[in-house]
Amino acid sequence: MAKATFSIRRGGREMAEMVDYTTDVTEGMVVLDAVHQIQAESAGDLACRWNCKAGKCGSCSAEINGMPKLMCMTRLDTIDITQPVTIEPMRAFPPVKDLITDVSWNYEVKKRIKKFKPRKPDADDGTWRMQQEDIDRVQEFRKCIECFLCQDVCHVLRDHEKHQEFIGPRFLVYTAALEMHPLDTENRTEDLKELFGIGYCNITKCCTKVCPEGITITDNAIIPLKERVVDEHYDPLKKLIKLFRKK
Amino acid sequence: MTSYPTFEHDVLVIGAGGAGLRAAIEASGSGVSVGLICKSLLGKAHTVMAEGGMAAAMGNVDDRDNWKVHFTDTMRGGQYVNNWRMAELHAKEAPDRVRELEAWGAVFDRTKDGKILQRNFGGHRYPRLAHVGDRTGLELIRTLQDHGIHQGIEVYMEVTVVSLLKDGDRVVGCLAYEREHGRFRVFKCKALVLATGGVGRAFKITSNSWEGTGDGHALAYDAGAELIDMEFVQFHPTGMVWPPSVRGILVTEGVRGEGGILTNSEGKRFMFDDIPDNYKDQTADTEEEGWRYVTGDKNARRPPELLTRDHVARCIMREVKAGRGSPHGGVFLDIAWIKEKIQNAPEHIKKKLPSMYHQFKQLANLDITTTPMEVGPTTHYIMGGIRVDSDTQASTVPGLFAAGECAAGINGANRLGGNSLSDLIVFGKRAGEYAAKFAQENAAGSINPSEVEEKAKAALAPFEREGGENPYTIQHDLQEMMQDLVGIVRVEDEMKQALDGLDALKKRATNAFAPGNIDFNPGWHTALDLHNLLTVSEAIARAAIERKESRGGQYRDDYPAKDPEYAKFNFSLKKADDGSMQIAKIPIPEMPAELKQIVEEMG
Ligand SMILES: Cc1cc2nc3c(=O)[nH]c(=O)nc-3n(C[C@H](O)[C@H](O)[C@H](O)COP(=O)(O)OP(=O)(O)OC[C@H]3O[C@@H](n4cnc5c(N)ncnc54)[C@H](O)[C@@H]3O)c2cc1C
Ligand code: SF4
Ligand code: SF4
Ligand code: FES
Repeated sequence: MAKATFSIRRGGREMAEMVDYTTDVTEGMVVLDAVHQIQAESAGDLACRWNCKAGKCGSCSAEINGMPKLMCMTRLDTIDITQPVTIEPMRAFPPVKDLITDVSWNYEVKKRIKKFKPRKPDADDGTWRMQQEDIDRVQEFRKCIECFLCQDVCHVLRDHEKHQEFIGPRFLVYTAALEMHPLDTENRTEDLKELFGIGYCNITKCCTKVCPEGITITDNAIIPLKERVVDEHYDPLKKLIKLFRKK
Repeated sequence: MTSYPTFEHDVLVIGAGGAGLRAAIEASGSGVSVGLICKSLLGKAHTVMAEGGMAAAMGNVDDRDNWKVHFTDTMRGGQYVNNWRMAELHAKEAPDRVRELEAWGAVFDRTKDGKILQRNFGGHRYPRLAHVGDRTGLELIRTLQDHGIHQGIEVYMEVTVVSLLKDGDRVVGCLAYEREHGRFRVFKCKALVLATGGVGRAFKITSNSWEGTGDGHALAYDAGAELIDMEFVQFHPTGMVWPPSVRGILVTEGVRGEGGILTNSEGKRFMFDDIPDNYKDQTADTEEEGWRYVTGDKNARRPPELLTRDHVARCIMREVKAGRGSPHGGVFLDIAWIKEKIQNAPEHIKKKLPSMYHQFKQLANLDITTTPMEVGPTTHYIMGGIRVDSDTQASTVPGLFAAGECAAGINGANRLGGNSLSDLIVFGKRAGEYAAKFAQENAAGSINPSEVEEKAKAALAPFEREGGENPYTIQHDLQEMMQDLVGIVRVEDEMKQALDGLDALKKRATNAFAPGNIDFNPGWHTALDLHNLLTVSEAIARAAIERKESRGGQYRDDYPAKDPEYAKFNFSLKKADDGSMQIAKIPIPEMPAELKQIVEEMG
């Protein structure tokens, strides 16, 4: 039977090393299967997150040979297994143990974004009417499985560690889904500029490239949001209207 | 004596799937303090994987639909051993619960006139499932999560509950550990809601995640609550069968709802061969009529692929056994064929079933718009669970409530697809409401420190069994045995053998060794989960042995027929004083005249 070697980060928040494990490879196997096999065979305490094993929950994010990916959707026959395959945790977040990172920052960020505020129902029975074509875009954003791979790869967070100033692509997508929701009446443009640091994004599109859900993060979410920010802040008429609204 | 950090809430909810989140939102809305505990990160619970949709008789697509039809469909699907009151409440309240999700930001697919679109699903007479493509569970959990985080609920993520704590008869809290460092935490509460989901991990081939280890079932049972209907396990007819590493992963019923057909190696649509009598007048006679149904012709009847899950799963087994299966031991599920009927079929399929397209493309290297899939049955859902009051979701133990998959009653012998997600929000809400009420009406109980100490010590035991057995091996052997001996087709001898097997596995479990340190140690977690898996497995086997008939999810090769005697009661399992599992018959109360009449009229 074919075998492959996996070089996996082992260790806690402070200290860690890369440890090699060799295991059998069978047809159709994904990286997560290999990790599970290693757990069952030789490293019972090897920590990783997973739930669905089908790319639906966004738990199993890791860096495989340096590429941010879902372990459950990465087939071994799509990577080079003649060399040891490295599996490391996402680098933009503090490591916890082995492949697990502390992603709690993401949950804190989300709470800061103003929640959905629908307009009054359209019909007497308390329901709304929306056309499919008006929600296609929002549905694209709502496909997000919160794997945080886009956050991992964004240089503003990964290299410049602007976690205080910048909410990252995931939450720009989230804000876009709210802002473009046909029923929503809240305004988040001021926050985007002042609190969420949308200006830090310089449209490198790295986030879009790694998104396992194929969300066109930059073109469909971030750029239109940037335009809104510009419109509201530099269009004197809109600014005036906004002043009125505030009162 | 060690003192552990203690957290206090009026209502404590265990589980952050659809049921737990909805319960927490409701409880918190009534002004009590709420804690929410989950094993994974928030938003990752099993509910996120649900695909097809949630059933609610809104009548947006077919205005002949209403709660009465939904109620009748649910009872018929459950073969009349359901708790009829729960089926009634569910059918009546589901539409409001779904609309409420829209008010909280959910974005369902739309009809032409801008309403929530509804799709066909097995056992539902009219198109009834509100959905978002084939990722409805994600929409549900995200909507509840994003709404819930602004409700002042305290969330404890990656914390696992190991035992409930009692003051006399009443549940007053629980003992848990946080996964990162394995540190124990004591949670104190006035009312506790279990919403821990299913038990799929007791079987080898399953669509369930690692979380589905029956924790809530076992926690409640150990605290003295009753479990009912445990023999009724749903084997979903269409799981992936190839490649081996994805075996069991679900292929949504939505594929058949959109026109997918099941064929055998001879290319025959075998589902037409065996249509149960009670569904004959609702089922299409010809392939042509079946197609008209899935494309919305109101005068057509549904194709036999959309019969209930238990039946479809058995037909697939039959084909495979008869040597007419696919190369890897399943049958073919073909959606690509609709290109004969509609233009742009590949685009249509990708739009309607995006995550199925994705899943097969990436995991099996197969394009479902051109090639049939290979599918076979997979353990999917448990109808059985904690016995609860229909209106309040209170268990038989004071202070303990349950909702969602870990509670039982609404589904009877077989759940209709889409009835779980709606169950979560209907009864999640009720559980939250009544748990809050209980908390407001009762003072806090007290927690016994020596009980805590004892339980914490027991939980640490796997670290001390140097030289003991690998817990993964024990889990694996259990799954293999349950699959073989208490699976889709059951016989008395094999199940008795399984009971002996369970005794042996229980002994092995007391010798499971967790190597390494306590920080985020899945070996240790697996060792602790064994107790839960063994408890639910025993409950399933015992109830299945006692039910000497075939009904819904339970198929007995030695009793292949339905026996009307067994329609009169449910089996309940309870822990006796000596620790053994006791089984009892609980008579099903007579259905009130007005509901009976509905069943007759709609039937
Ligand atoms: C692939 C798939 C597709 C499905 N599709 C559909 C569908 O289309 N329509 C439909 O109606 N149904 C569907 N179902 C069924 C439905 O998804 C489940 O029945 C439902 O989501 C269960 O929800 P729940 O809230 O009861 O529990 P879950 O969503 O399973 O959540 C359980 C929660 O309990 C927590 N928990 C468990 N044990 C402990 C413990 N010891 N300590 C702390 N926390 C604990 C977990 O962490 C989790 O948060 C599908 C199921 C699967 C597997
Ligand atoms: S496009 Fe913007 S958000 Fe995305 S990775 Fe580049 S800088 Fe970050
Ligand atoms: S936007 Fe894409 S990459 Fe980012 S968290 Fe969501 S699914 Fe993951
Ligand atoms: S395990 Fe769910 S996305 Fe990988």
